[in-house]
Amino acid sequence: MALYSEKVMDHFRNPRNVGFLEDANGVGEVGNAKCGDIMKMYLKIEDDIVRDVKFETFGCGSAIASSSMATELIKGQPVSEVRKLTNKAVAEALDGLPDYKMHCSVLAEEAIQAALEDYENRTNR
Amino acid sequence: MIYADNAATTRMSKTAKKALTEMMDGVWGNPSSLYVHGQKAREALEEAREKIAAAIGAEPREIIFTSGGSEADNQAIRSAAEIGKQKGKTHILSSTIEHHAVLHTLERLQKEGFEVELLPVSEKGMIRPEQVAEAIREDTCLVTVMYANNEIGTIQPIAEIGNICREKQVLFHTDAVQAIGHIPVNVREDQVDLLSASAHKFHGPKGIGFLYARKGVRLTSLIEGGAQERGKRAGTENVPAAAAMAAALEEAVARMPETAARLTAVRDRLIRGLGQIPHAALNGDAERRLPGNVNFCFEGIEGESLLLLLDDRGICASSGSACTSGSLDPSHVLLAIGRVHDVAHGSLRLSIGEDITDAEADQIIRDVKEVVAYLRGFSPIWRDLMAGKKPFIL
Ligand SMILES: Cc1ncc(COP(=O)(O)O)c(C=O)c1O
Ligand SMILES: [Zn+2]
Repeated sequence: MALYSEKVMDHFRNPRNVGFLEDANGVGEVGNAKCGDIMKMYLKIEDDIVRDVKFETFGCGSAIASSSMATELIKGQPVSEVRKLTNKAVAEALDGLPDYKMHCSVLAEEAIQAALEDYENRTNR
Repeated sequence: MIYADNAATTRMSKTAKKALTEMMDGVWGNPSSLYVHGQKAREALEEAREKIAAAIGAEPREIIFTSGGSEADNQAIRSAAEIGKQKGKTHILSSTIEHHAVLHTLERLQKEGFEVELLPVSEKGMIRPEQVAEAIREDTCLVTVMYANNEIGTIQPIAEIGNICREKQVLFHTDAVQAIGHIPVNVREDQVDLLSASAHKFHGPKGIGFLYARKGVRLTSLIEGGAQERGKRAGTENVPAAAAMAAALEEAVARMPETAARLTAVRDRLIRGLGQIPHAALNGDAERRLPGNVNFCFEGIEGESLLLLLDDRGICASSGSACTSGSLDPSHVLLAIGRVHDVAHGSLRLSIGEDITDAEADQIIRDVKEVVAYLRGFSPIWRDLMAGKKPFIL
């Protein structure tokens, strides 16, 4: 038995949407170096739809996999749907995470919500 | 596969396996039985005890078999605490970089009313003997300082500390789990009263170890029952494992000069190679270091992802990152030598074995360089560092 599911390892080894988004209009960074995981999400939202998304993560295997999976789940989705994204959905899409690694999927949810908040702050101004 | 995690455990040697299977096949009696078949097991057990005693300069009656290093640590510390308590001495001195088998036993004793003082270590992970001399008080009942650290490989000045403790008549325990079989250890020269060791760290079987207790130091038993091990450790003895441990140790000690020289050369090759990675730093002391230990921090990356990617490339290693331990804090040892959380999470420990080749060492260097660069490529910390938004720590 491996530590992680095949799905987690696939997203860890081949992270989707990894990198930096020059023209992002919503950026969220959560976590801190103290706990060992930091995630940064870049969103490009147009007409209330997430047209593009990229992430950067400093963290363990499940943090990287959770970020990757979360970006896949929200890409092309309307903002109203993205707002409903939960860490549970991310973990389930990864075929589960070990209990003590659930906090890494929470970060993915939080990073996306932080990026949405940033987007809203920018557009309301 | 390149196995570079010998500090976690080692592969059993051929010699140890041979001793183990021979005992299981032929000498499987109970050493406490009076018939010849049982007494043969008794003889094998005592022979193992003699070999182990000889390997560390002790007398056979000063060795008791335990289930491993953790049990030996627990029993050594509890015994010294018990002796102290009877004399009204309840102050215990140790260090911040001990193994959890020591630290958690001390925490328990603290709850029971003992005063535990953990001496800080230097940036290199060293305790100075003077620190011990200054901290010993009238009511100090035990000094426990590990021989060599399991994470950063630092070798403590055990003989000097032993000398101070002997002079001040304070019991001295050392967790020598990482030292025994790797560097010369002699309990008389080092003046230690109690010493813990574990077979699986020197190519013996898992689940067996020993505790050396100098003649006259009364042990408290943790496991009550029969009168095995002079009444200090109940339970039918694991004779095959004891014999295998003794065989492994005898072999390790006989080969030590050769092995240590070879390991030290490869270790330093790895340290030189990995030291070329920008914003990386060696953890621990470059000289007073176990022959097989390499430990680095790489800024901007996290250790578990590094380990997983190295595993994909066939390299087994370890890290002190929080996410590998299941807690939120990185290694207490790295924090104790002053590594801040940011960089402590990005540590890599390689503990090589004597069968490693130079080509394998070079392979490790190449792979670590590539994986570190890859992970830095999408690390938000690294981006901030490179953009000058945060100063580099390493
Ligand atoms: C320094 C040190 N002490 C104690 C132990 C515990 O030994 P064991 O696994 O035999 O209980 C270890 C092994 O992890 C160790 O490295
Ligand atoms: Zn994590």
